[in-house]
Amino acid sequence: MAASAFAGGSAPPDRRVFLGISDAADALFDRAFGAAGNPLRQLGALGFLLFWIVIASGAYLYVFFDTSVHGAFTSVDRLTKEQWFAGGVMRSVHRYASDAFAVIVMLHLLREWVKGRYTGFRWFSWITGVPLLWLMFAAGLGGYWLVWDRLAQFTAIASAEWLDWLPLFGDALTRNFVAPEAVNDRFFSLLVFMHIGIPLFLLLFLFVHIHRISRPVTWPAKPAALGMAAVLLVLAVVQPVASQGAADLAKVPLRLALDWFYLGPLVFAYGVSAGTLWSVLFAATALLAALPWLAPRPGKNAILAPAEMDLANCNGCGRCVDDCPYAAVIMVPRHDGRSGTRQAQVLPDLCAACGICAGSCPSATPFRSEARLASGIDLPQLPVDALRRSLAAGLAAWPRPGGSGLVIFGCDQGVPASSIADADTIVLSLPCLAMLPPSFIDFALRRGAAGVVLAGCREGDCAFRFGDALVLERIAGRREPHLRRTLNRSHVATLWAGRPDFHRLTGNIEAFRASLRAIPGARVSNTMPESSSHESDP
Amino acid sequence: MNPTPDTVFSAPPPRRGPAAWLGQAVLYALFAATIGVFSTWPPYRHLADDAALIKLSFSHPGKIIGECRQRSAEELAKIPAHLRAAQDCPRERSPVAVRIVLDGADLYADSLAPRGMSRDGAAVVYQRFPVKAGRHTLGVDINDDVNVKGPMYHRDAELTLEPGRVVLIDFIADKGGIVIR
Repeated sequence: MAASAFAGGSAPPDRRVFLGISDAADALFDRAFGAAGNPLRQLGALGFLLFWIVIASGAYLYVFFDTSVHGAFTSVDRLTKEQWFAGGVMRSVHRYASDAFAVIVMLHLLREWVKGRYTGFRWFSWITGVPLLWLMFAAGLGGYWLVWDRLAQFTAIASAEWLDWLPLFGDALTRNFVAPEAVNDRFFSLLVFMHIGIPLFLLLFLFVHIHRISRPVTWPAKPAALGMAAVLLVLAVVQPVASQGAADLAKVPLRLALDWFYLGPLVFAYGVSAGTLWSVLFAATALLAALPWLAPRPGKNAILAPAEMDLANCNGCGRCVDDCPYAAVIMVPRHDGRSGTRQAQVLPDLCAACGICAGSCPSATPFRSEARLASGIDLPQLPVDALRRSLAAGLAAWPRPGGSGLVIFGCDQGVPASSIADADTIVLSLPCLAMLPPSFIDFALRRGAAGVVLAGCREGDCAFRFGDALVLERIAGRREPHLRRTLNRSHVATLWAGRPDFHRLTGNIEAFRASLRAIPGARVSNTMPESSSHESDP
Repeated sequence: MNPTPDTVFSAPPPRRGPAAWLGQAVLYALFAATIGVFSTWPPYRHLADDAALIKLSFSHPGKIIGECRQRSAEELAKIPAHLRAAQDCPRERSPVAVRIVLDGADLYADSLAPRGMSRDGAAVVYQRFPVKAGRHTLGVDINDDVNVKGPMYHRDAELTLEPGRVVLIDFIADKGGIVIR
């Protein structure tokens, strides 16, 4: 059976197709990289890595760069040819890391949209990402100007013509490039200043972008970092970047090998008009910025209210603050006058209503004798008291006295609870598996469950960032509140499965049942979840 | 699956053999190929192979429209002492009319308005005209005073343009006006 209040949800209809594609891509990458090493789940961190690679390689190039009209081209060209093993490689890595940065950032944006991670409390992270796109584009364009080869000449003139469409410059910006004598050395000093300044703004916005999440992951797992570094080095060796001849403003470059990642929009402007490009970019920016408010509103029943603090049951331990993935809980001086301790305070605008704080509260233990289980911090619509009632009712209603089935605590982001429920199984789905206080496992086993399954979403893919890691640490006793140390853990299973992984999950549940049957004296039913109505695993 | 009886049951991680490593290599290679290919390919043809470019670009303030007027004693009395200029001169400048004729046909003709809220700034223009390489005759007329009929500045040039050549039509008052280079 699946308890109604904890029956879980389903994928939002507006992005179901894209979610399917995303899940299939995740499954493919999981097979190759493993769930923990899947680069698709580390796109933000990979973006940071590439940014730092661009900065480091750029710093090396700057040492040798001559900020003058003639020196700009010759210094870069000489570095590329005479110091190919270091400067040449650095130049190529600088270029390809910039390109990879653009690709990874766009994939990151697309993935967060597909996963629906842009609405509600996430609006701040989403909207602060939009200026990053402009800064990334501006930083990339500026880099092409500096080399002062024929590609730089095209880029400088094309972007100046594009900028001149806006009535911002008193004189035409493009007049700086109408004749060889129009460009001077000071201009290159200005370019260098901008090419350093814009990435600094980019870095500033990156930190604003991650401001509202606690413990942001800004460094990918070592295998993904090494893999990305290897890609850049191989590209630098196989296809080293070279200049395309010195700029000559008396001639127009007729054909060019173009970096389409950054310079594609300029070609678009020549194809249509500078005004059209501005219109498209402004419209796209406005749409992106407005997306959190344009998204289909979930039904009234689907909206979870922010967590609420109950001062009478809060002892000021601060575990909810430690565990909240979005820094939505802070500690403040107590309001009830008790000195020496503090109390938790929920910041509703930042709250994801994931329930992780409820799972971290030491007062949320079902063994308490009160008729209504009240904890220090809780979700008003899915309180731990209702969880205890659902669990207790399910255990009491089991057909076999003493129980012989499984209690499955599921995750709304994983395999739908209703699909794995049967007569001999109690399935309780939570917004996030980390909402479960570990003492509920103990409670279920003491009340007759043969085993407890913690069925979370796909490993490393927690919709609330690190719920899976919190669960594992609590079960292992490395994090408070932890599972009773003397509890026989062979009656507990942790299984990770995303929405499409129904068969893998049910197969693993059956294997868990088999392992329980091997325990002397264990009472385990042979019931298997019905699978006929569920879609197949990929 | 469970190493010891008192260990939490967990699904064994999928076995990642040579196929997984091969998969990683293929996926990384695809990513590298995407970056490597589109950072230089397809080549972009900015202009046709037999094209040259004529650019018109200058920033030139037209003549001031109107005459200065002597202020009367009454007018001066109403002005603060430190602002009492004897003459009241208009600020508005004339638009600059430009006409370019290439091989006997009009290539461009426009009247460029002065910039600024009071229309007291320079007239600024930047235009690019791709043309076929080869021999051309070019004529440029400019008038920077709306009170004068007809061109005030005129220049003709015989051009022999090789592919990719840029010819700039500029206006530099100190050098006699129209400059073609």
